[in-house]
Amino acid sequence: MDWVDIKSLKANQLKDTFVTAVFSLIVENESGVLARVIGLFSGRGYNIESLTVAPIEKDGRKSRINILTSGTAMVINQIKEQLNRQVPVYQVINLDEQGPYVARELALIKVVSTGPERTEALNLADAFRAQVVDASVSSLVFELTGKTEKIDAFVDLLRPLGLVELSRTGIAAISRGVQTI
Amino acid sequence: MTSHRKKDFKTANNTYPTNGAEVLLNVLSDLGVDLIFGYPGGAVLPIYDALFKQKRICHILTRHEQAAVHAAEAYARSTGKVGVVLVTSGPGATNIVTGLVDALMDSVPIICLTGQVFSNLIGNDAFQEADTTGITRAATKFNYLIKNNLELSKTIHEAFYIAKSGRPGPVLLDIPKDVMLAPTPYESEKVCSHPSYRPPVEPDRKAVARAVEAMRQAKRPLFYTGGGIINSGVKASEDLQKLVKRTGFPCTSTLMGLGAYPASDPQFLGMLGMHGTYEANLATHGCDVLIALGARFDDRVTGTIDGFSPNSLKIHADIDPSQINKIILVDIPIIGDVGLTIELMLKEWEKSPIKPNEESLKLWWKQIDEWRSIKCLRYKQETANGSVIKPQHAIRRLYELSKDRDKDVYVTTEVGQHQMWAAQYFPFDKPNHWMTSGGLGTMGYGLPAAVGTQLAHPDSFVFDIAGEGSTMMNIQELATIKQYHLPVKIFILNNHYLGMVRQWQELVHGGRYSESYSASLPDFVKLAESFGIKGLRANTIEELDPVITEMLDHEGPVLVDVCVEMVENCFPMIPAGSPHNHILLGPLIENEVKTKTTSKP
Ligand SMILES: Cc1ncc(C[n+]2csc(CCOP(=O)(O)OP(=O)(O)O)c2C)c(N)n1
Ligand SMILES: [Mg+2]
Repeated sequence: MDWVDIKSLKANQLKDTFVTAVFSLIVENESGVLARVIGLFSGRGYNIESLTVAPIEKDGRKSRINILTSGTAMVINQIKEQLNRQVPVYQVINLDEQGPYVARELALIKVVSTGPERTEALNLADAFRAQVVDASVSSLVFELTGKTEKIDAFVDLLRPLGLVELSRTGIAAISRGVQTI
Repeated sequence: MTSHRKKDFKTANNTYPTNGAEVLLNVLSDLGVDLIFGYPGGAVLPIYDALFKQKRICHILTRHEQAAVHAAEAYARSTGKVGVVLVTSGPGATNIVTGLVDALMDSVPIICLTGQVFSNLIGNDAFQEADTTGITRAATKFNYLIKNNLELSKTIHEAFYIAKSGRPGPVLLDIPKDVMLAPTPYESEKVCSHPSYRPPVEPDRKAVARAVEAMRQAKRPLFYTGGGIINSGVKASEDLQKLVKRTGFPCTSTLMGLGAYPASDPQFLGMLGMHGTYEANLATHGCDVLIALGARFDDRVTGTIDGFSPNSLKIHADIDPSQINKIILVDIPIIGDVGLTIELMLKEWEKSPIKPNEESLKLWWKQIDEWRSIKCLRYKQETANGSVIKPQHAIRRLYELSKDRDKDVYVTTEVGQHQMWAAQYFPFDKPNHWMTSGGLGTMGYGLPAAVGTQLAHPDSFVFDIAGEGSTMMNIQELATIKQYHLPVKIFILNNHYLGMVRQWQELVHGGRYSESYSASLPDFVKLAESFGIKGLRANTIEELDPVITEMLDHEGPVLVDVCVEMVENCFPMIPAGSPHNHILLGPLIENEVKTKTTSKP
């Protein structure tokens, strides 16, 4: 994913430069925290393109939320500060600002077809290294993990081949190298 | 003030001797709470029962839950303490929402305790059930649904800490009835903080040094001060005065910041923004270094963003990092308690003998004095008997006739023209004496706010400078005033209009006065009397002073219905969407000084 270093932008560019950002938040795993985060986005008119959340500690006390969003650099900075001031939020980083990172998502894709279409779907799955996790005489479920663009491409190719249902996780992301949140 | 019971003290049958309701009151009392505002109902009966059995906490029964929050807000803002509210579930909780948002916008520390239906009924659409934490999530700094009696003590401590630390705000605790009734451990621990909550406090010294460096280089500097200074405590205001004096710079203030810098001081330019003074707004437009302290560049202050203070280097000190670069991009942000920032700025300023160029500063003041000489707050009051009272004059007289009475004066307001006139014509020399709804602009704030202020300052004058429209929004509080013998003076500037709406309709909507006439008003004098409160009326100018004097002389509460000019407009005014140098001064002055509105420094 290409990224713009917000910190390098001049003041006047902050208002005009449109960027995407992946935020990773460590939050206290208490009721209402997700509602608080989502409410912030809807209440202030920010975009959420995808959102994932799951506990990351054994005792389940902390969760990590990954949010893919976009906006002007000024808005992206605002989002960060607005998230940061929420009481149950430990930490917020904008991975796009921090440096290179890995972002992956998982998709489960159901295809209902037979004959050459089914064969073609299986060939594509091979090419994309998707797993077949369920199969019946007339249906297949593929599991594919990868970058969003890769999943988009796979899904597009399957559409004419009997794609009937799609379930995607949205991205989980983590910085490259030794850097941590 | 209270005997601390031993932690986890249990009775012989291994249970706790106190129930949740009693523990709640004990902890509030430990936290220094001696007054709460509220309204009872089914889901909070155990707390009301516990209140009945004790003497440390006094409960004030307002006549509407919204009023309880406004009263608590004003109590908080006029004392620096945390205001506490207690209401029932369902309608009690939904009624407080306006108050919570008001407190959120104006950064007022409030604890709101709401009753909730029994835990096992939550989610069943039980009688008087509402999703209170859901409804108030965006209306509070933080909220809790208490699910476990073991957490009760700790959570109250935590809630207080969150409400008053960092950027203050309202915190709500939703307490199911079974939690109030069940045996509960009482813990008297002092500080307790949420694991992930870390409010910023210490400003970055390097940023302060850079700011002061810029201040030394300034040719046309201006302090722009806000409510954050008042929230920071009295010392912040004292230090601000020192800093302004030491630097010799001019100082303007937001609506919320009034009183932090003494209005009577010549270095004070008055309020800035939509209804700010000519000199404050043109100085904001023309300055080369703008020092924003505890203010947040509200759109009522900035006007159009692009035209706001276009040629200045901007320093912005605020405790809430999300305020930095939110609206206006700044050059030197300083995140932390603004009182500490001012203190550090003072020290830094004294460190070096380098001061701004005296000649430029003198020129700047000369320019400011020129703007000032227009006397933008002039109005023309006819003095012949039978003349109509100008609202500005009524406020001026209220100030003048009360100032030498050896009593501290607190002012609350409703929302509308009268509020802006109060800000313009009633000067404050001390912080915490001015209670108004700034961020939310809540009509109905002033009367309950006067209740809260008077309870905090029983021997002081508390004036509610009001409009007739707003007064109707929480008029039931006259009963609260009567019940507790609060000598509040309600000063209604009755123009028979939702005046601020009428003004916009006149200036922006072609004089189409859609629904802005205050029809079917009550006779306020008789209304007051029906509550057992003294009612007075001033119809014309010769009645004004005697009525104000009678009001001030009367020991108990008084409602004064001041019949003022119906179609007076509030000037100066920066029309929405205009920059500060396009300020309207009103016909009286504009006819005299045609050219001045376009002059630039
Ligand atoms: C609860 C609420 N509703 C509507 C408004 C919009 N509003 C702002 S000022 C105003 C008129 C207030 O009339 P009045 O209290 O008589 O004061 P005046 O402007 O006449 O001095 C209105 C309706 C508001 N601020 N608050
Ligand atoms: Mg009116």
